[in-house]
Amino acid sequence: MNSKDEKHIIIAGFGGQGVLFLGTTLAEAAMIEGKNTTWIPSYGAEMRGGSANCYVTISNDEIPSPIFDEADYGIFLSKAALNRFEKTVAKNGIAILNSSMTGENKSRNDISYIMEPFTDLVAKSSETRLLNIMALGLLIRKTGILAKDSVLEALKKISQAKKADFLRFNIDSFEAGYNLVKETIKQTSKC
Amino acid sequence: MTSKILMKGNKAIAQAAINAGLECYFGYPITPQNEIGEFMSDEMPKLGRTYISAESELAAVNMLIGAASTGTLSMTSSSSCAIALMQEAISAMATAEIPGVIISVMRAGPGLGNITPSQGDYFQATKGGGNGDYRTIVLAPSTINEAVELTYKTFYLAFKYRNPAMLLADGMLGQMMEPVELKPFDLKIPDSSEWEADGIGEGNNKRPFRKLVSLHMQGNDLILLNEKLQRKYGTIQENEVMYEKYMADDADILITAFGTVARVAKSAVEKARSLGIKAGLFRPITLWPFPSEELKDAAKGKKTILNIELNEGQMMLDAKAAIDGVCPIELLSRLGGAIVKEGEIIEKIKELSSKYTCLKVISDNPSKNESQDSSRGHIKC
Repeated sequence: MNSKDEKHIIIAGFGGQGVLFLGTTLAEAAMIEGKNTTWIPSYGAEMRGGSANCYVTISNDEIPSPIFDEADYGIFLSKAALNRFEKTVAKNGIAILNSSMTGENKSRNDISYIMEPFTDLVAKSSETRLLNIMALGLLIRKTGILAKDSVLEALKKISQAKKADFLRFNIDSFEAGYNLVKETIKQTSKC
Repeated sequence: MTSKILMKGNKAIAQAAINAGLECYFGYPITPQNEIGEFMSDEMPKLGRTYISAESELAAVNMLIGAASTGTLSMTSSSSCAIALMQEAISAMATAEIPGVIISVMRAGPGLGNITPSQGDYFQATKGGGNGDYRTIVLAPSTINEAVELTYKTFYLAFKYRNPAMLLADGMLGQMMEPVELKPFDLKIPDSSEWEADGIGEGNNKRPFRKLVSLHMQGNDLILLNEKLQRKYGTIQENEVMYEKYMADDADILITAFGTVARVAKSAVEKARSLGIKAGLFRPITLWPFPSEELKDAAKGKKTILNIELNEGQMMLDAKAAIDGVCPIELLSRLGGAIVKEGEIIEKIKELSSKYTCLKVISDNPSKNESQDSSRGHIKC
């Protein structure tokens, strides 16, 4: 972890899962909140299929480099993404896994894992169909790096340019992800 | 609250060019600058301006010569190995004094290399691969906000001096997004009516013909032209140097870095200060004209300069020549698309700080130091 209040987030998966959109929404929300932010994707040939990833930094200070070695938080939506980036999560960091694809194996004991079968969850529902935004909701609820309202505003800003349905799916998916934590907390407190 | 937009560097540069009044864009795709052409293909036709997807980089840059010859704000954009293809035309523009604007978003080389960020084209941009004694004005932004500002400046300087001008960014700046404030274009493009090839007119309105050429076969034409160009380059060197100093004045270790590396260096300077090491940063913004005098002044009394680049010390040659031995200079470099990390810079600063600690002893004792300049002061302790 770095000494500044900078937060580093790596989002990785494969093309089509909305990895870059998730990152853009996060950066947009950070900007809405008046913070500094950078976003950088994997670019070039890599984008035309196969893996996709992006690096997001959120800070109150100037951000030196958009690329970093260690992430405070990692969102891994595929097995390949987990294999490649799990090691980049900093000690005591959090890894959010799409367990439908990654499985539930915890290969490190110095980070915490949050596992949700996002692919299966979105397959069950016609409303909360966006697994990337569901993962974003979970990230925001779990870490509090940004206010929920900032993210909702960012989603509105980005989605409005497209269409109303798209915004609704986004918001429903975000709420579903956000509330996943509530259930997790309840479950934990029960046992 | 200012109206900030989250924008990719490439798009911000393209939007800035449009704001500056760009009339013609010519380009051929290459990563990592493709968003520039993509954005232009969307936006230029909407504004009734010209976008041409050229058949090659060679075609694009020669279209640029043609359009800019008529005093029309025109540009091309490309990257490294494809900017290499444009060198002959850049030399021709410098010779014919045509204000073509080139955006270069560097990828890693040599050769076709790959698409990762790099600063390997410092030589290519500032020394040129074209022939003869010509100069290209080169501006190097380190943030997206600055990329907007310097894109404006690139057009302005190209027209002010009738000279090719280049904005030199790297793949990181092109591909990343950060909040950017798209300030309106606030410079006035200098008048080109005295020299532009805009047609001689008809009938009584005919004016004498003008020629903008790079071939000068008659008598001592080429000698005179070279002298004229050198006078112009002297004026540019005198008037257009831009640089940033950060915590530089009282620094013991002065970092020199440009572009995205400078933002990492700036953060490292702050961390070094928090560790009690007096580090500072000198960031050339114009790579040509290089801020030679200014760097020499800044370097006086420093224990050492740490020059950091994503190439094997290309700018360091200019820095070395500039400081002319007033203090030592060391290189931290990364090649082939590797980037330099803040932690690595801090380690290097620590290493230099202990290496040059003895200097403090010498310079603290004026009687021993008076006859010695500081470059010789770093004798081994």
